[in-house]
Amino acid sequence: MLRVRDLKCRYGTVPAINGISLEINAGELVALVGANGAGKSTLLQAVCGFVPDWEGDIAFEKESLYSLRPAQIVRKGISLVPEGRLLFPPLSVKENLELGAYVRYRRREHKEVAEDLETVLDLFPILKQRAKQPAGTLSGGEQQMLAIGRALMARPRLLLLDEPCMGLAPLLVLVILETLAQLRARGITILLVEQNARAALGAADRGYVIENGTIAIEGPARDLLLNKSVTQAYLGKECRV
Amino acid sequence: MQEFLQYIFSGITNGAVYAVIALGFSMLYGSTGLINFAQGEFVMIGALSLISLWKGVNLPLPLAFAGAVAITAIAGAMLERFAIRSVKKPHPIVLVIITVGASILLRGVGMLVWGKDSHGSPSFSDHAPYDILGATLLPQSLWILVLTLGVVLGLHIFHKRFLTGRAMLACAISTKAAGIVGIPTEKMVLLAFSMSAAMGGIGGVLIAPLSMSSFDMGMNLGLKGFCAAMIGGLGSSWGAVVGGLLLGVLEALGVGFLSSGLKDAAAFVLLLLILYFRPSGLLGTASVQRF
Ligand SMILES: Nc1ncnc2c1ncn2[C@@H]1O[C@H](COP(=O)(O)OP(=O)(O)O)[C@@H](O)[C@H]1O
Ligand SMILES: [Mg+2]
Repeated sequence: MLRVRDLKCRYGTVPAINGISLEINAGELVALVGANGAGKSTLLQAVCGFVPDWEGDIAFEKESLYSLRPAQIVRKGISLVPEGRLLFPPLSVKENLELGAYVRYRRREHKEVAEDLETVLDLFPILKQRAKQPAGTLSGGEQQMLAIGRALMARPRLLLLDEPCMGLAPLLVLVILETLAQLRARGITILLVEQNARAALGAADRGYVIENGTIAIEGPARDLLLNKSVTQAYLGKECRV
Repeated sequence: MQEFLQYIFSGITNGAVYAVIALGFSMLYGSTGLINFAQGEFVMIGALSLISLWKGVNLPLPLAFAGAVAITAIAGAMLERFAIRSVKKPHPIVLVIITVGASILLRGVGMLVWGKDSHGSPSFSDHAPYDILGATLLPQSLWILVLTLGVVLGLHIFHKRFLTGRAMLACAISTKAAGIVGIPTEKMVLLAFSMSAAMGGIGGVLIAPLSMSSFDMGMNLGLKGFCAAMIGGLGSSWGAVVGGLLLGVLEALGVGFLSSGLKDAAAFVLLLLILYFRPSGLLGTASVQRF
């Protein structure tokens, strides 16, 4: 579904990604784990059209995403849950979710959007209670749920999440991971980026370990969890879930 | 009393025009964080286009009005497309300087198209002036008030009820977040420039029958609109209205009771006072950045 080949990105002259190749098949939940500064966010930003110049190839359903703008990429069916959530803090929970469906309102899918709003609010009942509250007043966990809900409102086929569990209490991490498993069961393909390797790999089918802008190890998530070098490098430091 | 009322009428009339111009400043600032110093030139283009279309080409007034506003909207869009967007590293101060340059350019274009002469325009309707407690209220004043109110309400409805208006509000909150949900942010900036120019154009159309219009009228009106927007609080629509009316009335009272030489000084004295005691303006919440 998404195929990245030999991707290179740099900020000015400083390289952030030095030739990454990865592939995500329809229906998979793939984890991409790596330390701070490894290039995880840059990879997602490049896929979503926020990095203006990259080399290599990024193809979604066999179509290159080169030179597409972020809005066009959302219309193709890729949604991002960004690092730091990037909600619209003064707007209400409901308004945030409605803006998530911007591209679908443009396609005049008002009825379907209204149904999806219900679906998302059922998925996160706490958001239903807070529907009229400004997004900025939500707790961290609630904001993360809203960020995921907002991305779902575009009805993506591929959902990219940038460290959705960062800063959340262990119990909330479980809730988020459980939600992702449910979404996958509903047919959404997911790329989950995390520093919390144990949690991410525990939920994923396959995993990639990224180090200094290149893929160091890849394989079935279960194997990575048992892999000695992965365990030593990434699992020891993380809090246990 | 009668004299006082007369000054109030004239102040409110001018103030309503300042308010529309201020609204243009304010909404552009709200959605892009930029101050467009060519805003006054859009007022000039609006006024002179109206006169050309209405009296020159003999179009009916509503069509001439719409045409003049459309011309300014297109001019605003061109400013964004060909000057603002082409800047590679868009630091705000660079963009603001570009708008200063654009204002000089547009003034030159205005002089080429309409010459150096002043042009007058009749009132929108030839109804006789109203007599209220001995003071005269011109029908044009009513036109100005009604249309200004219409613009403010229209903008409010646009932001609240229309998808594009909500998208523009979203861009104002966070361009990055707007891009993430699939809002074409460059188009929204283009639209914001175009709409704010159109508001300057409406200001020009409204003021054309009140005074003579010429290619260099924009400087003064632009600064008045800017002061009104700052006084009310940049980014706040109702602030722009309050700021415009306050400025208009104080100016009229200053001229009436002190000296006509004080007309233009009033704006700046008021601006300084407000900025000193309430830096974000009367109704503003956002802090204004110094860069
Ligand atoms: N906007 C930026 N400008 C310059 N360098 C950046 C920028 N964003 C990230 N980098 C650099 O690129 C590298 C990868 O960053 P990032 O993709 O954010 O890593 P991660 O998400 O894995 O923590 C880091 O070395 C970081 O310092
Ligand atoms: Mg990151």
